[in-house]
Amino acid sequence: MSDEINNKDKTTRREFIHIATTTVGAVGAGCVALPLVTQMNPDASVKALAKVEVDISNIQKGNEVTVMWRGKPIFIRRRTDKEVSTARQVSLKDLKDPQKDEDRVKKGKDEWLVMVGVCTHLGCVPLKQQGEYGGWFCPCHGSHYDISGRIRKGPAPVNMEVPNYEFVSDSKLIIG
Amino acid sequence: MSETNYKPTSAFGKWFDERLPLLTLFNGHLMQYPTPKNLNYWWTFGGILTFCLVTQIITGIVLAMHYTAHADLAFSSVEHIMRDVNYGWLIRYIHANGASMFFLAVYIHIFRALFYGSYKSPREVIWILGILIYILMMAAAFMGYVLPWGQMSFWGATVITNLFSAIPLIGESVTQWLWGGYSVDNPTLTRFFSLHYLIPFLILGLVILHIWALHVPGNNNPVGIDLKKDGSDTVPFHPYIVIKDLFALVIFMIVFAGFVFYAPNVLGHSDNYIQADPLVTPAHIVPEWYLLPFYAILRSVPDKLGGVVLMFGAIFILLALPWLDTSKVRSAVFRPIYKQFFWLLVLDVLVLGYVGAMPAEGIYLLISRVATAYYFIHFIIIMPLLGYMEKTKPVPLSIADPIISSGSGNFAAAKKDKILS
Ligand code: HEM
Ligand code: FES
Repeated sequence: MSDEINNKDKTTRREFIHIATTTVGAVGAGCVALPLVTQMNPDASVKALAKVEVDISNIQKGNEVTVMWRGKPIFIRRRTDKEVSTARQVSLKDLKDPQKDEDRVKKGKDEWLVMVGVCTHLGCVPLKQQGEYGGWFCPCHGSHYDISGRIRKGPAPVNMEVPNYEFVSDSKLIIG
Repeated sequence: MSETNYKPTSAFGKWFDERLPLLTLFNGHLMQYPTPKNLNYWWTFGGILTFCLVTQIITGIVLAMHYTAHADLAFSSVEHIMRDVNYGWLIRYIHANGASMFFLAVYIHIFRALFYGSYKSPREVIWILGILIYILMMAAAFMGYVLPWGQMSFWGATVITNLFSAIPLIGESVTQWLWGGYSVDNPTLTRFFSLHYLIPFLILGLVILHIWALHVPGNNNPVGIDLKKDGSDTVPFHPYIVIKDLFALVIFMIVFAGFVFYAPNVLGHSDNYIQADPLVTPAHIVPEWYLLPFYAILRSVPDKLGGVVLMFGAIFILLALPWLDTSKVRSAVFRPIYKQFFWLLVLDVLVLGYVGAMPAEGIYLLISRVATAYYFIHFIIIMPLLGYMEKTKPVPLSIADPIISSGSGNFAAAKKDKILS
């Protein structure tokens, strides 16, 4: 009986045991690899530093402060009216990563631009009030950002990131 | 190879060798191993590279006794090595300049192989192992440069790890996994230290395989031909090659010592003596000199993913070289046209290195684009085509041959020789 079956699909008992053992071994190796690989992801203590509070009452129009959040600089710029209108006059057609300035700020707080001050190319910190578009310029490989932090020229693929944040009062901001 | 009639002389040697034939192994591979008798000084860099690896491992282990892998302490612990530790300055300068000397030697070694066709059959596996060693060397040097936690350490690490964010879809999670956080920070430093300690030992393992693979077909040689079976083309490794290698090594060590004692910082960047500051990027980020050609390729493309793909492609294309080169003749000595393209490639890589150190704009950007294009054209177009189109010079039948009869009668004489024998 069993010989008949074996002849049909040509699987011997020994081959079956081989494959079964290898499969169990491979699954086991995968299970062991998982913790060894995931240990490298951000750990609990790193994730715990997820929020910062900033006092913005002293920032004048046309000025900017930089704070640290998750090891990265956050640019908080209180833009002048002229800067806001420059940002809004740009046609979306001229943008590499089209996004309206209105969508990069909170409603009613149009003067406040809050973004991660990290070049989206390879992570340098762009310099303020430099470059060809009156915004930021990244010296590493020459990316130019406008006054809304949108990429205009250079190798960076997308606009500078806007983090999650909210105004808890007129003078206080929470990032994260 | 010829491990034939070897017997240890001492009684203990015999006793031991019968149980573990280490002495026979050393005798066969480091004493009797037959080497072509026409090897020139370009062949001494293998020994020099072994010396460099051992130097890095010894000085590195000593540095690790005094170094602290923590974002708050690393920078001052390196200053502590420089100022307080007995001879710490010497050990660190040997290690830092040793990395540069290591790359200097490996570049000469690689271009030697390119000139004499040493990557061609039957030596493809030697070549591939060599490229893997080279890739690991770059990884080790990159992570080592992060350890002092200066401005260049930090921003170099930021730029290079961000290369992985160019991978579509999973890029961001991969970079966060590499960092162990949301930016380069303490978790990044500690894992880089662990890997920086590990990689040289992986390299050591690959070096052993590299030499094993070499000892199967034996060395290539300046004439690039297979050796006569009767052994008349070879000399034993010891003492002939050992002494020649040692002489070259002494010259190399003089240059090495020149850097360590008289110009220990010329190859480094002064910004790395400023502690890492995640809020301020230095005005001009450059990698160590030995990575500049690849950095130039990265920056020559105005697209993030494209630049990263080309940069890695420039390294990995070397793995395919044995199959891209279609010529039957190994040595450039007998390939008059390839010889010119070879020197053009050397020039091209030097130009890439130069523009890699310059700001990526204007004329430099243009030059880097032309040089990048030429680099790939050399490997993808010129190498395959040249094998078919080039008219090579007559190749002698043995190493002794070009010495005995010279000039153009060479080939005919060699042929006659073959018919007679
Ligand atoms: C393939 C061999 C190796 C290469 C190419 C290499 C390269 C480097 C480089 C470029 C640096 C930065 C030097 C500086 O500017 O200060 C460095 C630092 C360091 N390396 Fe290595 N290394 C190698 C092997 C090792 C080994 C085996 C160890 C043993 C643990 C080690 C331990 C260290 C330590 C502790 C530092 C930090 C101290 C310092 O910055 O001088 N290295 N390495
Ligand atoms: S990191 Fe900003 S341009 Fe490359």
